Amino acid sequence: MKITVNGTDKEVPVDTNVTELLLYLKILPERISVEINLDVIRREAYDHSHLKDGDLIEIISFFGGGADVG
Amino acid sequence: MSADGSLKVGGIPFRSRLIVGTGKYASFEETKIAVEASGADCVTVAVRRVNILNRSEENLLDYIDPAIYKILPNTAGCYTADEAIRTARLARSSGISDMIKLEVIGDPKNLFPDNEALLEATRLLVKEGFIVLPYTNDDPIMAKKLEEAGAAVVMPLAAPIGSGLGIRNPYNLRIIMENASVPIIVDAGVGTASDATIAMELGCDGILMNTAIAGAKNPIQMAEAMNLSVRAGRLAYLSGRIPRKLYAQASSPIEGMIE
Repeated sequence: MKITVNGTDKEVPVDTNVTELLLYLKILPERISVEINLDVIRREAYDHSHLKDGDLIEIISFFGGGADVG
Repeated sequence: MSADGSLKVGGIPFRSRLIVGTGKYASFEETKIAVEASGADCVTVAVRRVNILNRSEENLLDYIDPAIYKILPNTAGCYTADEAIRTARLARSSGISDMIKLEVIGDPKNLFPDNEALLEATRLLVKEGFIVLPYTNDDPIMAKKLEEAGAAVVMPLAAPIGSGLGIRNPYNLRIIMENASVPIIVDAGVGTASDATIAMELGCDGILMNTAIAGAKNPIQMAEAMNLSVRAGRLAYLSGRIPRKLYAQASSPIEGMIE
């Protein structure tokens, strides 16, 4: 099935959960947050948050920035 | 009272009254050394998408250890209350902090805040249990409204972000401070060490800066200058300056002069 992660289309197996997605993308679950279709997913819920075809996923972390960096 | 002690933000004690940004440095290594030189124990960071295409990139937090520094995520780049609220929720869900440096920008050219949206976002995030540090302009009425909305501190600008123009309206800052019952942290506009000292001498509880350090020719040296200037300004404020007089007043006694 097709999902969009941080603006990029990805093909993943049906029923992939968030933990599996992070593993596939080689992203450590520390210091990041995940949002599915605008809903923030709690870390404890990664294992049972299954993705659906067409889901919009955002994975964020922390970067250099002070006041507005545009 | 020491120069460095006693600032508390939402009940969290800060060792330093200087909070620094982590943007615009040449490297993570330079960021780390400059932050150390600044003496700050709280740094602000931007919330951005993880680069899923290149996983070999290093992360800022490998250099700025969250076990040592308080991490203050910010909503830089947000132009609506909804964007800022979404960013704040994502930041908190990482588990890094309940604090959020709340920015809702109104205009990309001057980066002044959209205070109406800022107030709305502050109210909602306070209800959700965030420790909200809103960036606003030097408007005493808005400062009071943000405080009443539950902001942990109020952060008025001294001048536009990144402008380095210094303390443009010390009188407004004084009015804001005199009427506040939460800490007032000057956020943005500082250009050099004397600007930081002036803000602290006015009685500000702290200063947040990024460009003044990261944009200096020698950021690490400037970080140390800012460290000293914030402490000097705080000490001078606590010490109580002498009144200004038009005429000279001798500091040596007249008595015992040779005749």
